Amino acid sequence: MMATRNAEAYAAANKTYEWGFSSDIEQEFAPKGLSEDTVRFISAKKGEPQWMLDWRLKAFALWQTMEAPDWSKLNVPPIDYQDAYYYAEPKAKPKLGSLDEVDPEILRVYEKLGIPIGEQKMLAGVVEDPLNEDGTPKRRVAVDAVFDSVSVATTFRKELEAAGVIFRSISEAIKEYPDLVRKWLGKVVPQRDNYFATLNSAVFSDGTFVYIPEGVRCPMELSTYFRINAENTGQFERTLIVADKGSYVSYLEGCTAPMRDENQLHAAVVELVVLDDAEIKYSTVQNWYPGDENGVGGIYNFVTKRALCQGKNSKVSWTQVETGSAITWKYPSCVLAGDGSVGEFYSVAVTNNRQQADTGTKMIHLGKNTRSTIVSKGISAGRSDNTYRGLVRVAPTAEGVRNFTQCDSLLLGDQCGAHTVPYIEVRNPSAQIEHEATTSKISEDQLFYAMSRGLDAEAAVALIVNGFAREVLQQLPMEFAVEAQKLLGISLEGSVG
Amino acid sequence: MLKIENLHAEIDGKEILKGLSLEVNAGEVHAIMGPNGAGKSTLGYVLGGRPGYEVTSGSVTFDGVNLLELEAHERAAAGVFLGFQYPVEIPGVSNVQFLREALNAQRATRDEKALSGGEFLKLARGQADLLGMDYDMLKRPVNVGFSGGEKKRNEMVQMGIVNPKFAILDETDSGLDIDALRVVGDGINRIMRAPDKAVLLITHYQRLLDYVEPDFVHVLADGRIVRSGGKELAQQLESEGYVGIAA
Repeated sequence: MMATRNAEAYAAANKTYEWGFSSDIEQEFAPKGLSEDTVRFISAKKGEPQWMLDWRLKAFALWQTMEAPDWSKLNVPPIDYQDAYYYAEPKAKPKLGSLDEVDPEILRVYEKLGIPIGEQKMLAGVVEDPLNEDGTPKRRVAVDAVFDSVSVATTFRKELEAAGVIFRSISEAIKEYPDLVRKWLGKVVPQRDNYFATLNSAVFSDGTFVYIPEGVRCPMELSTYFRINAENTGQFERTLIVADKGSYVSYLEGCTAPMRDENQLHAAVVELVVLDDAEIKYSTVQNWYPGDENGVGGIYNFVTKRALCQGKNSKVSWTQVETGSAITWKYPSCVLAGDGSVGEFYSVAVTNNRQQADTGTKMIHLGKNTRSTIVSKGISAGRSDNTYRGLVRVAPTAEGVRNFTQCDSLLLGDQCGAHTVPYIEVRNPSAQIEHEATTSKISEDQLFYAMSRGLDAEAAVALIVNGFAREVLQQLPMEFAVEAQKLLGISLEGSVG
Repeated sequence: MLKIENLHAEIDGKEILKGLSLEVNAGEVHAIMGPNGAGKSTLGYVLGGRPGYEVTSGSVTFDGVNLLELEAHERAAAGVFLGFQYPVEIPGVSNVQFLREALNAQRATRDEKALSGGEFLKLARGQADLLGMDYDMLKRPVNVGFSGGEKKRNEMVQMGIVNPKFAILDETDSGLDIDALRVVGDGINRIMRAPDKAVLLITHYQRLLDYVEPDFVHVLADGRIVRSGGKELAQQLESEGYVGIAA
């Protein structure tokens, strides 16, 4: 029976769907299900050193003793962890020297995913002509493409290397920079942190590693596209970014997934480490398949993202635009340990149809004179549920802390929900904490006004929603901002009329 | 240009317009006056295509097209402009962005080429100059934090940018001081006084008509036009009030 189902799944995964654009690339799967053998298989597949395997096995042992959290406002269907694949990679090919050698099928997938023309050109033009006449680089975005689980192409490597920046798939980094990876992996999000992070620690397939050396301002935006391609393959990305003293990097993460009827689990872990006077700006546009209007299909997105502002005057800025996934469980957080460190969280979360989102942030103030800003914009439509959940904690030793939180919710229609759950724990009397929250409905006056000037209903909604989310969108790098604006409109299609 | 015949319209099951007929030809300015609750704003909303206002019988044609079959944005593209009594605030969206998107949407519906950012800005600044509006206000979110007078001035700037064939101006004079009234009145004349254009001015008071001289004045009472005349009718209303005339 099991063998039959495997064969069916395999066949389905390799079939080119007429509408769903499952692409036709040969996969190599780990056997279905999750066991110590699965963990060993993944590690062996990647040719990992013993310490990495041991680390994974320790996490797996921990995971078996844990239970999925149920404190969120999400209604999560039971997930059968034995009924999924934990590893899939495009069939081994000779190591690629340039993007020209990338499977044209993969490039075609990028096109279907709607990766902006500019960046597609960049992808295509990278090898031939990376510099302008005056010697400056032509594009300011480097893409590390994660296709399913294995990184197939990394661009701009040379220019980054000249600056001393390491930008690698994490599998490569484990082999090439074992000391750096070992020093920081699991230091921000410990193996036992939470159910999904622990699972990720055991079975993470690939992801990205970035190291910015002391005093270096990364010469371009770094970008990774994630894409889930194989049916039933859980995605367990692992990202680790270390910004050494006085350095700066802006990192972009964009995600999409093809049409699917079966739910897919995604449990990523992102760890950021920021040393003295360094800054990381981390921007996400998340647009995975949200399921259809009846809530069938869609990605389950359980993500643990955390930054450790270890150094004095260090800074982390999270910006996220969350429009996809059937379920989003995600709280990009900042541990503000260094004195004078700064944490920011700017979020737009859109839910439509039957989507559920429970998202927010945690700002943990440990150092003196640490500051944090939280701006959250939730937009609910259809029969969806959208929750902001945030924690601001001030430790007894943290003098002179300041926090400003603003949570705004916008409702479209009368069958959706918006919830705000702020937790504030202050143990130092010098702290100044501000919290503002609003909930509003998109008004008929606004819609009619915009329509009477020539915009159709959907364009009018998109415009009003973009205005509502402006404070967050303007935090995004330019190229991303344009994409994100369009995405908000697209995500709300069918929500009025 | 515009022909309204025996128009009946209701909102929430309550009939407001009860057999209104009116014909407006190109080159004409018509003023609609009348007491509160007569149906003046409803007429504007019905012509503008506001959802929720249901036409139960009668017809409205605009340049021979059945206007009632068009959605609000299609009416805009066809050349109908509705100036709001209470212009609406749209936080986070700049005037420039709003108007450029709206104008280009209209142009797309008419199969015209979109205006580039530069072309649009030039057009918008030209109109702002003519109406004495600061460029700064073009960059500010639509109507947010604008005074009553600034909002009305902004409506006129919008009208100048859109350059419609037919404008319905709903109490554009309310909330204006004397100086602003003159600026707005001049704007209406400049933008809309043309042989191929027409205006329907909805107003309570005679004072706007000192600046924008109507060719016809109609008194709307209880959902119908009860009296029509020339501009002298407005003066008569001003001195005698609606009570005697509408009865």
